[in-house]
Amino acid sequence: MSLLMAAEEGASPLRPDWWEVLITGLGFLILLYIVVKFIAPTFEKIYQDRKEAIEGGLAKAEKAQAEAAAAREEYNQQLESARLEAQKIREDARAEGEQIVAEHKERAATEAARITENAQKTIQAERSAALVSLRTEVGTLATELASKIVGESLNDDERSNRVVDRFLADLESSQQRSAGATK
Amino acid sequence: MLETGHVVAEYQAPTIEDMHLPDLFHIGSFGFGKQMLLMLLAVAVVAVFFMAAGRRRSMVPGKMQFAGEMGYGFVRNSLAKDIIGVHHFKPFVPLLFASFFFILVNNLWGSIPFLQLPTFSHAGSAYFMAGFAYLCWIAAGIKNKGLGGFLKAMTMPSGVPPAFYVILIPIEFLSNLIIRPITHSLRLFATMFAGHMAIMVAASLTAFLIQEVGGFGIVASLFSGVFGIFLFFLELLIQAIQAYVFTLLFAVYLQGAVAEAH
Repeated sequence: MSLLMAAEEGASPLRPDWWEVLITGLGFLILLYIVVKFIAPTFEKIYQDRKEAIEGGLAKAEKAQAEAAAAREEYNQQLESARLEAQKIREDARAEGEQIVAEHKERAATEAARITENAQKTIQAERSAALVSLRTEVGTLATELASKIVGESLNDDERSNRVVDRFLADLESSQQRSAGATK
Repeated sequence: MLETGHVVAEYQAPTIEDMHLPDLFHIGSFGFGKQMLLMLLAVAVVAVFFMAAGRRRSMVPGKMQFAGEMGYGFVRNSLAKDIIGVHHFKPFVPLLFASFFFILVNNLWGSIPFLQLPTFSHAGSAYFMAGFAYLCWIAAGIKNKGLGGFLKAMTMPSGVPPAFYVILIPIEFLSNLIIRPITHSLRLFATMFAGHMAIMVAASLTAFLIQEVGGFGIVASLFSGVFGIFLFFLELLIQAIQAYVFTLLFAVYLQGAVAEAH
């Protein structure tokens, strides 16, 4: 009621007090100035800084991760090369061992062969010596025996030697024949 | 009515004069009143709070900086960015930010004991805010599209058969360029005015029932008192919502002024 009456009296709530408009305007423009000049840049900067910090942190983490991956890769490579090297060393050692064994075998074989040969040679030599001494002795003995049997001196050396040689040759050939027959 | 029956004094409903208390001082015809004081106080409160909140610029914000960032981020992201769009919103953020918090604090004065005056219940202040917003979005529109392009965007909605323009142009012109600023201001003013008036009525009725009527009136005063408290919280909600709505519409108008035609 009184509201309507007041409106009729001209104190309508819709009618502005121009001083209030002015003060509102001044106040708002001052605030707007402060916001434009200080507040908005400050908060925009805070956002920006934080965004950069977060992105920087992410980049740093990514870099660290990449570095770790690279280090692991390198480590793996080293491990692999070490393994290969170890294998190579092992194989070398085995080859070397085999070679040494083979060398020793060969040397032993050579030595054995040499010893055998020496023995053979000695045997041969002794046999020859025995043969020679036997021949001489058998010749003398046989001559003596024959002279005793025949009763006549067979001092003619040349003849006696010839007889002995023929005798021995006969002996040898008969021996060889009998040896061939037994073989 | 209850109090008209046997009465000592008749109940006087509060009037507009009760919302315009005597000025604090006068300089010529200029009277400096409570409303103006609160208006300037709001400027100081908003400026000082956000300056202090943003002062340290730390990466990990304290409580105050966090609150400041929340407030700024709310206007920046959910009003400016979401409505105006990522390409154009940047220059309008300070405008919307200042509008929102200026109006919010001014409205909340209505719910703070002893101050208890939503300053936009005085029409002049609401006229200024809406008028300023009007000038801003018209300027933004003309700057963005040129005068012809802006008027075309405002009065000729696309996708309409040309024949309809005969009707549409006057209607759109009226609704967008004449009525829009009026509703923009009146919405803010009327809600603040009506809410303040309703609380004053509830409060003065409660006081009247207790002091002047007594007896049964004290029982009745419980109802008006509880209703007044309910209104207080309702007003608190409306004060925040109206600050949001004013800024939201401001952003929508700006968006209409800068958006490319579809």
